[in-house]
Amino acid sequence: MKKSVVIGALTAAGLSAGAAAASTLEDVKARGSLNCGVSTGLVGFSSPDANGTWQGFDVAVCRAVAAAVLGDPNAVEFVATTGKTRFTALASGEIDMLARNTTWTLSRDVDLKFTFVGVNYYDGQGFMVPKELNVSSAKELDGATVCIQTGTTTELNLADFFRANNINYEPVPVETNAEAQQQYLAGACDVYTTDASGLAATRAAFEAPDAHVLLPEIISKEPLGPLVRHGDDEWGDVVRWTLNALISAEELGVSSANVASLSESANPETPEINRMLGTEGNLGEMLGLNADWAAKAIGAVGNYGEIFAKNIGEETPVGLARGLNGQWEDGGLLYAPPFR
Amino acid sequence: MTTLSDPPQGSFRLSMLIYDTRYRSLTFQAIAAILLALAIWYLGSNLIQNLRVQGLDIAYDFLVDPAGYDINQTLIEYDSQSAHWRAAIVGILNTLLVAFLACVTATVFGVFAGVLRLSNNWLVRKLMSFYVEIFRNIPVLIWILIIFFIMIAVMPAPRAFRGDEPDATMLLGLFAFTNRGVYIPAPVWGPGSLVVVATFVASIIGIFAYRRYATKLLYDTGRLLPTGWPSLVILIVPTLLVFFIMGRPIGLDVPELGGFNFRGGIQVGAPLIALWFALSIYTGAFIAENVRAGIQAVSRGQTEAAAALGLRPGRVMKLVVLPQALRVIIPPLISQYLNITKNSSLAIAVGYADITATLGGITLNQTGRAIECVLLLMLFYLTISLTISAVMNVYNNSVKLKER
Repeated sequence: MKKSVVIGALTAAGLSAGAAAASTLEDVKARGSLNCGVSTGLVGFSSPDANGTWQGFDVAVCRAVAAAVLGDPNAVEFVATTGKTRFTALASGEIDMLARNTTWTLSRDVDLKFTFVGVNYYDGQGFMVPKELNVSSAKELDGATVCIQTGTTTELNLADFFRANNINYEPVPVETNAEAQQQYLAGACDVYTTDASGLAATRAAFEAPDAHVLLPEIISKEPLGPLVRHGDDEWGDVVRWTLNALISAEELGVSSANVASLSESANPETPEINRMLGTEGNLGEMLGLNADWAAKAIGAVGNYGEIFAKNIGEETPVGLARGLNGQWEDGGLLYAPPFR
Repeated sequence: MTTLSDPPQGSFRLSMLIYDTRYRSLTFQAIAAILLALAIWYLGSNLIQNLRVQGLDIAYDFLVDPAGYDINQTLIEYDSQSAHWRAAIVGILNTLLVAFLACVTATVFGVFAGVLRLSNNWLVRKLMSFYVEIFRNIPVLIWILIIFFIMIAVMPAPRAFRGDEPDATMLLGLFAFTNRGVYIPAPVWGPGSLVVVATFVASIIGIFAYRRYATKLLYDTGRLLPTGWPSLVILIVPTLLVFFIMGRPIGLDVPELGGFNFRGGIQVGAPLIALWFALSIYTGAFIAENVRAGIQAVSRGQTEAAAALGLRPGRVMKLVVLPQALRVIIPPLISQYLNITKNSSLAIAVGYADITATLGGITLNQTGRAIECVLLLMLFYLTISLTISAVMNVYNNSVKLKER
């Protein structure tokens, strides 16, 4: 069947090759909803709340894209994926994008054929241990049993770290964060290691969060970001610039509170805000979206700072400081390219 | 119609391929075979072409790259710098280990439960039906998870053994039962231990020789020698004597709490125990039914005749019923062994590093070579299943009714 499609495409190649396959953007618009892959449950990043509505930092990215493309932040089908199933789900087209604290690495980008559209959280791998073990450094973990989510970069970092420091450990591979939490709390492993943000989120869900400490060592760079399939650049651009709009909005002082009034009419003093919110120029049209795409996204979930504060900020149980994830002006790494 | 009454003709004509009933079926079979081959070829080339279009060329180069991950239970030398193929071998050995252990214990459980299900004792009979019905009617994955989570929740963590007044203590000072697994003493082979082992092997051969002699004596003279306690004596006494004569060359490496975990001894991990036990009790329930069916297939007259000859019930079972029942039991037993081997791939649920977890899990994930890994997995399970079938068929041929 695919063969005849190929032959048909060859005959039509002279006319318009690009129009042969429907793009993800068109698929999403035709379907009227966005299929977004998230983690199976990590408090603060993506987990269903008491009403069954998905909430969290990664979930907000999905909702922002849905708002930009479809105008409705609730037009999202959330697909829960594990560390193992996430790439297959994306490659097979089951989901349109993956926002599941996934580390941007060369092999995933090049060999697995995905496009990472940006970084929404700069993270690093850390260790959590019960306070009663009196461990103050990861280098004291010789002989410890370590719970580790299988199929992740953390698994490889862990092996590298212990080998580089010439100490031994015993890995306990688990599938999901929930399973790791259960084994860690039961004492089946001494240490739980994953991205430091994930550890903070997991600890926030414990009955006694104070009885556990995060060790100071951060043993890897884990830039986490949303990703899409390789080869559909139009769709990649939509997700990339939605994320950039959220980041720029914070930098430019656009928030969910003032976005409605700012996008009513063009203000000659703030040309970049005008271009982003579509009151000036045709950036939305270039992306194949409505002029108010960014205004819809920001209005739905707020700017990057609001999303951070609401889901994982210091006021929340997860309690993460901005740190590396501040705006570049504040000494962080967030630096969105200009809207021009 | 006419072909039936026509006398057979000497020469073969092409039209006979269609009109002659002797050849017609062959013609159609040939056509069907060609069509089938064409269809398979089309699907196969379509698959290969589509894979190539997607940029997925099948290549096994990744197998020699360093795996980069660690495995908690390995039977051979392995570290994170070993190649992916070595991780696969570790997985294969772990699969074979749990499959072998589970086959043995499932057979023991199955034979016990199957025989006792036919007991005259009402309570024993009902208990065994209860066992069979409960265990075979709940999916094995659930059993694996239940046993694993109970182990983790109920057994003490190694840190409970610490302190002057620990919450948990080691059994006899030798065995430690923790929620990470069971630690047992490991033998330490000193100089001269080879002699002890050789004596032990020789004693086992001696037992067989003694039993053969006893049987021969029974058939020749009708004199019945006891076999139970002499076997035990032959097994233990010479080995013990040599052990002390050689100056106790075999020591014990007793596990000790050090750092975070017990060190020394042999660790039997909680995932292995959960998987082994779950597969055993689950498949044991099926084997029990096979055994019961086999025993009931032996006609009652055999039992009664044996009893009439004065054999005691235990001997009736051992000498008359079971040998005949085995003919019925063995063929379905083969499929149960295959089921155990294939069900062991559920190991991933509890983090046991079998072949599905290493090659089909972590390697697949880290390299993204899904098709290659899954093809290898299929090849492995197919090979091992066919091997088990072949071995069991040889055994089946040796116990089946010899027609003379």
